[in-house]
Amino acid sequence: MNYKPNDIFFPWLPFYSLLKREVLRFTSIATQTVITPIVTASLYLFVFGVHLGGQLSILEGFSYIQFVVPGLILMGVVTNAFANTSSSLFFYRYLGSVVELLVTPIGAFRFSLAFTLAAMLRGITVGVVIWLISMLFTDLPWANPVMSFMFIFLTSFLFAQFGLIAAILSNTFDALAMYTNFLIVPLIYLGGMFYPISMLPSAWQTISRFNPIFYMMDGFRQSVLGEGDIPIRLSLAIAAALALAAWVIASYMIWKGKRLRL
Amino acid sequence: MGHLRIPALPRNFFSVLCQSMSKALEINGAHKSFDGVEVVKGINFDIEPGEIFGLLGPNGAGKSTTINMIGGVSHIGSGSIRVFGKDVVDDYMDTRRMTGVMHQEVTLDVFFSIAQALRLHSGYYGVPYDEKWANLLIDRLALGPHIHKKTNQLSGGMKRRYMVAKALIHRPKLLILDEPTAGVDVELRRTLWDFVQDVNREGTTILLTTHYLQEAEEVCGRIAIMNKGKIVACEKKEDLLQTFEQKKLRIRVADKISDIPAALTGFTPKKIYGNHGLEFCLDLDCSASTVLDGISNSGLVVSDIETEKPSLEEVFIRFTEEGSLTSEL
Repeated sequence: MNYKPNDIFFPWLPFYSLLKREVLRFTSIATQTVITPIVTASLYLFVFGVHLGGQLSILEGFSYIQFVVPGLILMGVVTNAFANTSSSLFFYRYLGSVVELLVTPIGAFRFSLAFTLAAMLRGITVGVVIWLISMLFTDLPWANPVMSFMFIFLTSFLFAQFGLIAAILSNTFDALAMYTNFLIVPLIYLGGMFYPISMLPSAWQTISRFNPIFYMMDGFRQSVLGEGDIPIRLSLAIAAALALAAWVIASYMIWKGKRLRL
Repeated sequence: MGHLRIPALPRNFFSVLCQSMSKALEINGAHKSFDGVEVVKGINFDIEPGEIFGLLGPNGAGKSTTINMIGGVSHIGSGSIRVFGKDVVDDYMDTRRMTGVMHQEVTLDVFFSIAQALRLHSGYYGVPYDEKWANLLIDRLALGPHIHKKTNQLSGGMKRRYMVAKALIHRPKLLILDEPTAGVDVELRRTLWDFVQDVNREGTTILLTTHYLQEAEEVCGRIAIMNKGKIVACEKKEDLLQTFEQKKLRIRVADKISDIPAALTGFTPKKIYGNHGLEFCLDLDCSASTVLDGISNSGLVVSDIETEKPSLEEVFIRFTEEGSLTSEL
C-alpha cells in the first residue's frame, strides 16, 4: 500500500487551512454573504443619499450623501464582520461539526485568528464595494486615509470578536438573531449613521457616548470628511481598547473551550 | 590517520526514539463527570503500538466519552492520557497531529465537496496534501464517483466512508474509529475492515468501538469491555474468550426425548431443544466423550454432535449484564 504514518508537521498550516476554509465558506455563498449587503447599502444610498439627501444639509460644507456614505461603509463592515464569525462558528456548533476542528492541532489563538481574519476580509470587502458604488453618486475628500484604514481595521476586528462571543453564547438561531436585531442594529442606527449626535437633545447625546459604535462612526467619518463631534485620537483609542477587550474575552472563551469542548 | 567520525544524529532523534518506545495510548485513572454524574470512573488501559484494540460496551458505557477525552473534544476530569508518550493536555499539538478520529456521529462540513474537505482536513493537521495518498483513500473507500459532491449530498454509507478518509488523510499513528460501521451495509463493512487491517499492517495503531461483536472478534488483537464507566475486562481476545472456560456441546439423538436421561443429570447447565436435541455447557478441559458415554448408557443413539466455543457476544453479555458486573480493572 506504500503508506506510512506521518511525521511531517507545519505549525502554521492548520491556521492557514482554517483561514482558507473560512474565506471559501463565505465566497461559496457570496450571494448571501457579500451581494445582499451590497444591494442593501446601495438602496440606502439611493433612497437616503440621492433622493431624500438632496433636500437635507446637516453638516456645513458637505452634502447629505457625503455625510451618510462613511456611515454606510462602516455599517457594512460592522454587520458583515459580525455575521461572518457568528454564523460560521454557530453553524459549526449547531451541526456538531465543531468536533472536526477540536481534534486538530489548532491552538485557541490561531483558531480565533483564522475566524477573525476571514470576517475582517468579508467586512472590508463589503465596505470597499459600497465605497466604490458611492463614487457613482458623490466624491469623498478622504481627509486622513491612514486613520480611515485604522478605523476600518479596528471596527472589523472588534465586531469579528463580538461575533465569536455571540456564537459561543447562543444555543439557538433565535438567540443568535437577538444579538443582531437587539444589539448590533440599534447600536448602528443610534451611533450617528444618519445624523451627527450634536443634533440630538443633550440627554440623548450623553446616552450616545455609551454606544461604542458612535466612536467608530464619528472617528471614521472625521477621517473621511475632516469634521466630527469628538477628537479623532480619542475615538481611535476607545476603538482600540474595545477591540483589545473583546479579543481577550473571545480568546479566553475559546481557550477554555466554553460551550465548544465538553 | 583518519578520525573516527560519529554520524550526526537528527535533531529530533531522541524525541522520535522516545515516541517509538512509548505505548501508543496510556490511560491512567481517567475520570469524567457531566453535571455531577460520573460517566467515566477512573479507567486504566494501554495500547501497544501496532495493535488493533477493541473498546466494547453497551450504549452509555462511556466509550465515546473516553474517545472524546483522547481526542481533545472533552476535558479530562482527572487522571491522565498519553498518546505515544505525550500528554493529551500538555502536548496537545503533538498528540492531535498523531491521532485521527472518526466520530460516532456523522459530522460534515456542508459547504464543501469531498475533494475540498479532504484537502482542508490534511491542512488542519499541519500536513501538506498528499495527492497519492488521497487518491488511494478515495480508491479504497470507493469515493471516486462522489468526489465532487457536497458532503451533505452523500448517502449514509458514503458519509461513513468519507469520515474514514477524513480521519486518515493526515496519515495518523493512532486511528480511533468510534462505531465506524454503525448502520452501514455488509459490503461496506467488509471493505472497511479490509482497509483498516491494511492500514494497521503498515504501522497505524487502531482503537475501535463497535456493537458488531463478530467484527471485533475478527479484527481485534486485544479487547477491553467497558460497562457503566468502568473497564470490567481487558485481555487478549483469545484469553477473553476463555474467561468462562466453558464450551457448548450440542447432541442430536435419533429418539424423541422429553426428559434429561438420569445418567446425564450430573452435567449442568443443560437443556433440551426441539424433541431430539440436548445441550450442555462443559468446562473447556472436559471431554465430550464423558457425555457421549452417558448418552450411550441411557440407550440413546447419537445422530449428530456439535461443539461451540464461547463467542465474544456471550463473553460480552456475561460481563455487562445486570448483576454480573465483575470487579473493575
